[in-house]
Amino acid sequence: MEANVTLDCLGLYCPMPIIKTAEKIKELTIGEILEVISDDVGIVEDMPNWCKMTGQEFLCIEEEGDEFRAYVKKIV
Amino acid sequence: MNEKNMVTIVVFSGDLDKTLASFVIATGAAASGMKVNMFFTFWGLKLIQREKARPKELDWMRRMFSFMVKAGPEKRPLSKMNMFGIGPMMMKKLMKKSNVPSLKEMLATAKSLGVKLTACSMTMGVMGVTKETLIPEVNNVAGVASFLADAKDSQITLFI
Repeated sequence: MEANVTLDCLGLYCPMPIIKTAEKIKELTIGEILEVISDDVGIVEDMPNWCKMTGQEFLCIEEEGDEFRAYVKKIV
Repeated sequence: MNEKNMVTIVVFSGDLDKTLASFVIATGAAASGMKVNMFFTFWGLKLIQREKARPKELDWMRRMFSFMVKAGPEKRPLSKMNMFGIGPMMMKKLMKKSNVPSLKEMLATAKSLGVKLTACSMTMGVMGVTKETLIPEVNNVAGVASFLADAKDSQITLFI
């Protein structure tokens, strides 16, 4: 999936990926897509839940070996 | 920020493992757009005390506690496997190796995310801790009524 901004969270455990996501999403404008790369398996459940709490749109997660690429669209 | 979205945590334990859990939840909640309050009481108060702060006018009992229970985020014991300080040393090494932030870093992150840090005035009185010996990140000193007021408006209340 094409993203406007990519955030590298490789090697980081919970809660860092969502803390970094929360910081990064502020830099995006409405409608832009953020890609978060993480190797913490917790991201699979955490990213959709984080989106639910913050009102952002969760698009999908792509799995590539040990890495996950989560896509979030900024809507608020 | 939505005021109805609030988490209030009583940080009672001063142990490394338990306070780490407190800070993971606090920073995670703050990063999810929630307002977070942390009340530091009893052993938890030690975490927000300056490491070198040692007021002189303490009586012998308070001095003993202040000597035996070290202050600051870097001097926390483990609730299990403390082994006179070897346990925490190994745990901190493992955390660093796994890229997990230290308590000191967690504290800074919590602060930058707007987490409110409150010190319990009763514990301060019992242990002879003055406001001047607390770390500057602490927002206020308060008692049970302030905790209850925040807890009442919170959807999540934890005692760790």
